[in-house]
Amino acid sequence: MELYQKTIHEIAADLKAKKVSSVELTKATMAHLKAVEPKVQSFITVTEEAALAQAAEADKRLASGNDVTPLTGVPLGIKDLLCTKGVQTTCASKMLEGFKPPYNATVVERLNAAGAIMVGKTNMDEFAMGSSTESSYYQKTKNPWNLSCVPGGSSGGSASCVSADQAFASLGSDTGGSIRQPAALCGIVGLKPTYGRVSRYGLIAFASSLDQIGPMTKDVEDCALMMNAIAGHDPKDSTSADVAVPDYTTEMKKSIKGLKIGIPKEFFPEGMNPEVTEATKKAIEQLKSLGAEVHEISLPHSPYSLAAYYVLAPSEASSNLARYDGVRYGLRVPGENIVEMYSKTRAAGFGPEVKRRIMLGTYALSSGYYDAYYLKALKVRRLIKQDYDQAFAKVDIIVTPTVPNPAFKFGEKTDNPLTMYLEDIFTISINIAGLPALSLPCGISKTDLPIGLQMIGKPFDEATLLKAAYAYEQSTDWHKRKPTLKES
Amino acid sequence: MAFEDYEPVIGLEVHCELKTATKLFCGCPTTFGNEANTQVCPVCLGLPGTLPVMNGKAVEFAVKIGHSLNCSIADYSKMDRKNYYYPDLPKAYQVSQYDKPLNYGGHLDIVTKEGTKRIGVTRAHLEEDAGKLVHAGGKSGRLDSSDYSLADYNRGGIPLVEIVSEPDIRSSEEAHAYLTALKSILLYIDVSDCNMEEGSLRCDANVSIRKKGTEKFGTRTEIKNMNSFKFVKQAIEYEIKRQAAVLDKGERVIQESRLWDVTENKTKSMRSKEEAHDYRYFPEPDLVPIILDKAYVQKLKAELPELPGAKRTRFEKDYGLTAYDAGVLTAEQELAQWFEVGAKVTKNPKGFANWMMGDMAAQMKEQEKELKDLKFDQKKLAELVDLVDAETINSKQAKEVFLELFNEGASPAEVVKTKGMAQVSDPKAIEAAVDKVLAENPNVVVDYKGGKQGVIGFLVGKVMQASQGKANPKMVNEIIKKKLDS
Repeated sequence: MELYQKTIHEIAADLKAKKVSSVELTKATMAHLKAVEPKVQSFITVTEEAALAQAAEADKRLASGNDVTPLTGVPLGIKDLLCTKGVQTTCASKMLEGFKPPYNATVVERLNAAGAIMVGKTNMDEFAMGSSTESSYYQKTKNPWNLSCVPGGSSGGSASCVSADQAFASLGSDTGGSIRQPAALCGIVGLKPTYGRVSRYGLIAFASSLDQIGPMTKDVEDCALMMNAIAGHDPKDSTSADVAVPDYTTEMKKSIKGLKIGIPKEFFPEGMNPEVTEATKKAIEQLKSLGAEVHEISLPHSPYSLAAYYVLAPSEASSNLARYDGVRYGLRVPGENIVEMYSKTRAAGFGPEVKRRIMLGTYALSSGYYDAYYLKALKVRRLIKQDYDQAFAKVDIIVTPTVPNPAFKFGEKTDNPLTMYLEDIFTISINIAGLPALSLPCGISKTDLPIGLQMIGKPFDEATLLKAAYAYEQSTDWHKRKPTLKES
Repeated sequence: MAFEDYEPVIGLEVHCELKTATKLFCGCPTTFGNEANTQVCPVCLGLPGTLPVMNGKAVEFAVKIGHSLNCSIADYSKMDRKNYYYPDLPKAYQVSQYDKPLNYGGHLDIVTKEGTKRIGVTRAHLEEDAGKLVHAGGKSGRLDSSDYSLADYNRGGIPLVEIVSEPDIRSSEEAHAYLTALKSILLYIDVSDCNMEEGSLRCDANVSIRKKGTEKFGTRTEIKNMNSFKFVKQAIEYEIKRQAAVLDKGERVIQESRLWDVTENKTKSMRSKEEAHDYRYFPEPDLVPIILDKAYVQKLKAELPELPGAKRTRFEKDYGLTAYDAGVLTAEQELAQWFEVGAKVTKNPKGFANWMMGDMAAQMKEQEKELKDLKFDQKKLAELVDLVDAETINSKQAKEVFLELFNEGASPAEVVKTKGMAQVSDPKAIEAAVDKVLAENPNVVVDYKGGKQGVIGFLVGKVMQASQGKANPKMVNEIIKKKLDS
């Protein structure tokens, strides 16, 4: 096995035992990254020089044995909507081409403090709006399992770089499923933490009340290690929760005997892809065999999640993206007067999906419509959350498929935006309710594409999620399967 | 329809910059007047990915404003986004308060020639300030003649409290009185510098008129760009006349924003720059709601100093001052405090007040001195008051002594003694002087006896001259009269 094919916990042991240095590791990883990048296109920006400098620093720490964490010296990918000081941060948009933030996102600061290495900024759907990474202004990222298929989105590049071993793990963001869906499509683990668990300071906002940053990793243990590094209260983020962060690896390896699992009947609709249904059911049986108890539950308002989300998220986005006006940074297209400058800049800077959502959101907030749309969606939000609260009075975690289908081909869902929106049907209610949820691999389709299983937890109970996920993962070998980067 | 048949209906919106050390959502300083864009950071510049963190002191100051205006303080309030595009607004939204303001339902009492009147305060809410634009390259510094504009974000993010009055104001005088009273209160509770020139106090006026005796509101216009209380008064007066003229022609007043033009002394329509403003308000998702517990709210109320209105009433009662005099002395807290120390050491607070408002105020203005620059204390001024009350010196002499007191800090009793100024009140001495003057001015005596009573002033003056101003003028007057009438 190549160095870069290992997991974080495996390579951390090697680094600690001085079997390999961070510089050697980073060089090897970078060489592989560049070798497969023409096929996969995970990265908008590769930071080779800076990575090697970070690796040299990490080696000093590793040599002294002081201040060493499991991430010290380990190469990671960072989604290109997280601000990285002095390094281009584009949100995969023309609007921020060349934009170099003068500060780091809090999560980036924490990874730096842990001694992690950043190999580059990963590709995504423009401004995090999408489920296939096809709307990126820069390039299309390919699914390492089948290069004519999408990696999912919006954290497509973050998923593909981990799946293709271009980095040991990455950070993605999830507003309606943007970590979990690409994780499922690329056969890796992706966790969206509880809203408020991880600081949003430095995350370029899409929908403020729904966005969360989370780890995308090769296995569950790596996910716990990443969470240990990034979770926790941040005084710079007023919505970050002042709740103590446990060591997520502590509970992880314990037995799940007696764990109560809820299966929501609304998440197995008519006409579901039979392979997905089959894989999910098998996974549930597997969990049962490990000692879990399975209960049927109902989340009656979940059919309204998509509608509520497509009012709430675009509304907040229409406000969050208003600052891109050509005045202070980013793209500016000059005009005869200020209004012309605004219109030309925004017309040129944003892609069609972003424009679509800004218009939707502007409409939903406008005078005369606010009550019928935004306010109504806020009320539905509360009902959806209540469903989960009631369910969690009876069960410890909820298990569902992550997505209705495995990876689809490029261009398959771009004609009608609604077909793309339906990708998020199982993931979206979780963001609305602010709950933690992860996806991990639970099968491979007949066409050699990964199938993902979603686990949903109680607020701030990532530990139980990781425990259930770990138990399932270790009793199967899905996490050991690697893609072959083949063309269809 | 005559102008007098219309009744003006005025509401005032005052924006007050809070003098917190740092901005509302970040740690940048709020100091005025520094080089452009030197008091900015990613948060107040609205750089992508940044988030606001609420300044607790700003909430405290805002609640104090609410208390001082007799408002109800909301135990649950929240911030909202007010969305619009303008280059001085970095996020393209202003974080403000929409439907759940921190303070609501208060009032402010004003004193005018007509007496006391209560003006309602609809709300006083917290919000962030925008940056400042400089329109360069043109002649007038205004947008329409400029070649380009420069944006300075030093001011962006400074906490503001917007105080909105009910449309209870009925004249430009009342508007002026409201602003003066409000400024006084804000200075007393020390939440703002209230400096209109620096922009830490701004005022917009909503003006409409209606036929006297009717209830329905007329169409209102919003007047902006008034940089002093004097201009507010002038602008309101102009606008009332303008609207009356419009209605008299049978036309309708257009609802619009108008600018006060200081060079032409008119309000002018801003119509060309007006857009329909739909601010698409929604609750700010990056901030948590403001929930205040009763103990905290009460504590802030207890921390307030005695406010100008209460102090004025107390001065009237305790020191026998008129409402007007009490008003002048309580307009500024330091002055009121200075007076009150004096009032306790003098036997005649009213007399003491008169010296303060008269000669002392005049000298302070002429010599550009403030209270802290004074060379004397209240005890010395009280000494002067006592000397006058005891008729040791007359009022003309007292003015002379006062100048010594003001310019040198000299003790009045000392001055009188050194200069031998003690008033002559010995009847025998005065009679002698009077006899001499009457003898020297027989024609005047004849005039007086012939009915010209006014010439007595001339005779008094002569006696005062002869006595080097030391004679007791009251006594002189009495003795002359007695002698002439006999």
